[in-house]
Amino acid sequence: MKRLAHALALGLTMLHVAGAAWAVDVTAAVLRLDYPTLAPISRYDLVPDDLAFAGAALATEDNATTGGFLGHTFETTARAVPPEEAEAALEELIAAGHGHIAIHARADDLLRLADAAGDRALIYNVGARDTRLRDADCRANVLHITPSRAMLTDAVAQFAVWKRWPDWFLIHGSNPDDLALADDYRRAATKFGAEIVEEREFEDTGGSRRTDTGHVLVQRQLPVFTQDTEDHDVVVAADASDVFAPYLPFHLWTPRPTMGSAGLRPVSFHAAHEAWGATQFQRRFEALTGRYMQEADYDAWLALRVLGEAVTRTGAADVAEVRDYVLSDAFELAAFKGVPVTIRDWNGQLRQPILLYDGRITVSVSPQEGFLHQVSPLDSLGIDRPESACTAFEG
Amino acid sequence: MKTLTTALILPLLAGPAFAGKAFVSNERGNTVTVIDTDSWEVLTEFDAGNRPRGITISPDGRHLYVCASDDNLIRVFDTETYEELPSLPSGPDPELFVLHPSGNPLYIANEDDNLVTVTDVETRTVLEEIPVGVEPEGMAISPDAGIVINTSETTNMAHFIDTETFEIVHNVLVDQRPRYAEYNHDGTKLYVSAEIGGTVSVIDLSDDRTGEIVDKITFEVAGVLPEWLQPVGVKVTNDGSRVFVALGPANRVAVIDGETDEVLDYLLVGQRVWQMAFTPDERYLITTNGNSNDVSVIDVEAEEVIRSIQVGQQPWGVAVTPD
Repeated sequence: MKRLAHALALGLTMLHVAGAAWAVDVTAAVLRLDYPTLAPISRYDLVPDDLAFAGAALATEDNATTGGFLGHTFETTARAVPPEEAEAALEELIAAGHGHIAIHARADDLLRLADAAGDRALIYNVGARDTRLRDADCRANVLHITPSRAMLTDAVAQFAVWKRWPDWFLIHGSNPDDLALADDYRRAATKFGAEIVEEREFEDTGGSRRTDTGHVLVQRQLPVFTQDTEDHDVVVAADASDVFAPYLPFHLWTPRPTMGSAGLRPVSFHAAHEAWGATQFQRRFEALTGRYMQEADYDAWLALRVLGEAVTRTGAADVAEVRDYVLSDAFELAAFKGVPVTIRDWNGQLRQPILLYDGRITVSVSPQEGFLHQVSPLDSLGIDRPESACTAFEG
Repeated sequence: MKTLTTALILPLLAGPAFAGKAFVSNERGNTVTVIDTDSWEVLTEFDAGNRPRGITISPDGRHLYVCASDDNLIRVFDTETYEELPSLPSGPDPELFVLHPSGNPLYIANEDDNLVTVTDVETRTVLEEIPVGVEPEGMAISPDAGIVINTSETTNMAHFIDTETFEIVHNVLVDQRPRYAEYNHDGTKLYVSAEIGGTVSVIDLSDDRTGEIVDKITFEVAGVLPEWLQPVGVKVTNDGSRVFVALGPANRVAVIDGETDEVLDYLLVGQRVWQMAFTPDERYLITTNGNSNDVSVIDVEAEEVIRSIQVGQQPWGVAVTPD
């Protein structure tokens, strides 16, 4: 009753908006699983304590400002836990009424948590890029905000083909994630008519990594590693483990551009991106957090903006209603990438352009001109409906 | 003798009747380009502060106001001498603004701070700061000056602000990323462009100073991806019969029937067309083309592009001296 009175009072004052002006309190959460990891090769890639949380905080501010005109309030809880405590944390969040949970975790943990949540929560994947999560391992209660590896590798492949660099030298790491990424590059090459003319594995030898000893050894070893290859236009690096790729440019035997895990990298966002109004977005983030935005921040911001937009347009925060709305044709959202982002209603993946980034600027944005698709040019990136093994969204 | 004659004539010419000039803000070049609207020659280009975007001229034609976004203030210039006059406080990151028809005050959108700042241009003081939605941008004022409109790009609303009380009295949800708002001449219709939504919402104000969306104008050009049809600047002819909408990266200006809201034609202009301004006689419409660093001149009656003029780096806005 109190709520109703509040809503009525709001309706009579400044909060007069067409459509759904009704008090709604939205409580979301960001659950981040922290894994023991080695330090990154570059200090620029150090992981800040508030990774993903900072992006979520900005989105919550944005949503709350908009919600202020509609009688909607937004709160977001942030939890960082080791993987073994993730399920307990999830249960606590659900028990506390959090129906919308953005999760930054590895693929198997994400699946485990999504299955534990069932229809009690809508999960927003902001960390796991494994293509299989959008394919055979898809889940009906998971929206993939972060792009899949297939989308990222397709973005690189389109650029290479647009440049007429069809002959690739693929160098991949030896860890399972590197091998999965290499598979995505092989698939992308086939899809867009490029050819992998040479392929080598850079073995991760653990504690005695060749790259640990600094530039002197690297400068001698990498040319040797990359000599005697077939003629190629470009080197494509598949190094999800961050072991060797940053050393490739300038140390190759044959001077060629590097793309993939180093050189020209496919990213969901980066802190130098300015086009399409992004400057003001970067500034708001930096004013709030005192640091530059990372991909996980953008992905978390976008996840909560998807939720915020659904609440703004429908006046509902219920899990089922939000899911229905964001999967419908009515949903679209501006995301500082020049075109509206939408969600594939057959596997829950958010359609979005991929930025190609050289470490300083946006070099290009995929999809590239000329790669057409019957639904949306954005569907030229990633696995498409006809080849998808995802069935969880049917019916 | 000849000098004397000139000296005698000059005072008669002084006053509001300047030769027509268009002032173009160059966002990346940090300059303003001045164009003679009779000869279409570039007269000069002068420094205008950091990241000049929104640009307007006082009703008497004497003062040019420029949002110097990265300087966090409004720079003021003499439209004859191009001399810089004392700046106006604007709040952080001013992007677009609208001047009260009387010439005072100025209503400014502060993109980074979710505010509209009201600045007295005489006393150079801030009168009010009005909290609005996220990333305020478009600004318009009703012909009777009773309502100021602000559009917020991430909140996706047009906010109706009472100019007496500085309170928001009404909000209308529009499509993604509303960039610009424009009233028709008698204030019965408000047009709000949504860049990412790809639409122009038409809000009916014939009965009341606030209203709702009655129509959404959409765009379609053969051979141009729908995603590239991104409406930004909107201008309406005085008689309300034609609405011109700049379509950003589609490099086109849409011509719309002001009665039926139907798109009649698309005019090819320079690259990434954003803002526009009429000459006072409405014979010409000038468009800023940010990626080709030029402006296009449209013959309004013929609905044809008649020329393009090279300006500074990344032209953003344009203002033309009044009669």
